[in-house]
Amino acid sequence: MIDAAAPVIRLQDFSKQFGLVTAVDRISVDFKEGEFFALLGPSGCGKTTLLRMIAGFETPSAGRMFLGTDDVTDLRPNRRPVNLMFQSYALFPHMSVRGNVAYGLEMERLPRAEIRRRVDEVLEMAKLSELTDRKPDRLSGGQKQRVALARALVKRPRVLLLDEPLAALDKKLRQEMQLELKRLQHEVGITFVVVTHDQEEALVMADRIALMRAGRIEQLGDPKTLYEQPATRFVADFIGVANFFDGTVAEGGILAPPHGVLRGAVPGELSQGDSATLTVRPERIFLKTDKPSEADNAVRGEVIDLAYHGSDVSVHLSVANITRHLVVRLSGEETYRPGQSVWCCWNPAHARILA
Amino acid sequence: MPDRAGVHLAARVHLRLVYAFLYIPILVLMVLSLNRAGLPTAWTGFSLKWYGVLAESPAIVSAVRNTLVVAVSATVISSILGTLLAMGAERLNRSSTLDALLFAPMIIPDIVLAIALLSFFTLLNFTLGLHSIILSHVVFNIAFVCAIVRTRLRNFDHSIIEASDDLGAGRFTTFRRITLPVIFPGVLAGALLAFTLSIDEFIIAFFTAGPGESSTTLPMRIYAMIRFGVTPEINAMATIVMFVSFALVLLSQRIDRGSTQP
Repeated sequence: MIDAAAPVIRLQDFSKQFGLVTAVDRISVDFKEGEFFALLGPSGCGKTTLLRMIAGFETPSAGRMFLGTDDVTDLRPNRRPVNLMFQSYALFPHMSVRGNVAYGLEMERLPRAEIRRRVDEVLEMAKLSELTDRKPDRLSGGQKQRVALARALVKRPRVLLLDEPLAALDKKLRQEMQLELKRLQHEVGITFVVVTHDQEEALVMADRIALMRAGRIEQLGDPKTLYEQPATRFVADFIGVANFFDGTVAEGGILAPPHGVLRGAVPGELSQGDSATLTVRPERIFLKTDKPSEADNAVRGEVIDLAYHGSDVSVHLSVANITRHLVVRLSGEETYRPGQSVWCCWNPAHARILA
Repeated sequence: MPDRAGVHLAARVHLRLVYAFLYIPILVLMVLSLNRAGLPTAWTGFSLKWYGVLAESPAIVSAVRNTLVVAVSATVISSILGTLLAMGAERLNRSSTLDALLFAPMIIPDIVLAIALLSFFTLLNFTLGLHSIILSHVVFNIAFVCAIVRTRLRNFDHSIIEASDDLGAGRFTTFRRITLPVIFPGVLAGALLAFTLSIDEFIIAFFTAGPGESSTTLPMRIYAMIRFGVTPEINAMATIVMFVSFALVLLSQRIDRGSTQP
């Protein structure tokens, strides 16, 4: 359903230069009606600059922005039907919760009764009905966050931009709010574009993720695609945990001495002899004490240590020709001890070969 | 531990002595202003009559009026200009030399500023009077207001201005509904300080005033009276001026502090 939706915002070759630094480099992307979109990336990748350009606080050095079919590139922030939820929340300290939320509607010069009705409605939805007369300095972090959200949502923007909306909350509250945000987005049906550096947050909340690196989109797709089919080593490394074997392209896999040929589907653009990396997720690897079957890839490893997570166990192994350690995630029923020598095996279908 | 107790006692005695040094002259002045006979040599009984004498002297009433005109006008003008200057400087100024120049009128000796202003007015053939005193007071008051408002702006979260913009407000609305209310305690504290400085400022007013009663301010009046000896009504006058200044400074401090720590 979402895939069929029309783009609400279209960015065309969006760029931003700060002096000699290119913060955003010719990004073209469509945000669809009603989707939850995440701009993910390490700090300095340009995601916040991109968000601020969409809100209108930064002027792009090049490129256009369309809202539906209208070119809104040159509109000032107060004229854009787009609202931003600030990372610092930016609540007005001298106004009550109600005053903060009503402010945006007062700017639209709506009748008092309608403002009252819409503010009440959104306060209810954000579970703030009890706190309407409080000043921001008497709210907890989570409450402030909900006020900031309510203040932006009450305007019924075409797109709501959220700059690291959960970064200021503690871990437990953050996980709760991830689901809460997703529920809220579903309820109001507004397109959300969230900036985050937390890959887990993006995976949990977003319908689509654009992983950014150095001002460009490295890969755009749904969370499952990014996790299961990373396009580059950067994506594989940034999203979740990944193991990498470096080698050269050989028949049906890569040659990674001393392990011989590790099999996997070789992408079309690579030819024999090119250097390449094979990546495999920790939960796809299983350990065996006996020589494994020919069908699987297998490498020898020695257990270094185990990290118990409650529901599962991470085993770290030292394996030849691998950066750091090989990480394997097990369900927790098998037991291994440090120093033990094992076979680490995986189905070639679960491996990906990257340039 | 007798030693530590001894040190503690010494420190307390020292503190009292310092306070005594600062305030005994003022206390003597206050007491003398209540002395019936008005002589500094002997106490002849309590009386408020010297305060009454003040109210009946047309020269003093006119001086009080002039002082209030100068102080109120200079305060209003310097509060507006000082606040705008602070906002501009905070946003645009990256040069520490320019910063130092902003604060200079606070530290330049009054006599230097007074002479400079007088020369400047003379050069322009400017008629001297209350208005020239007002302008001169604005010069140094701007620096004080600017300094106080800037400390307020230091802790100002500029993202609330963007938030207001984002929610649909124009620049003027944002200033009126967001920026000004948030920095207002600083502006008020600055204005009170400006007012306090203005009502008892002597040197600059003395140099930039016009001739005659019409631009004589209270401190100038007191100076004129004192040339014929310290009279009891001067004591009464000084006491009133001191209380007014003291109250204003206290108020300004309270406003600025009270609003930064909620």
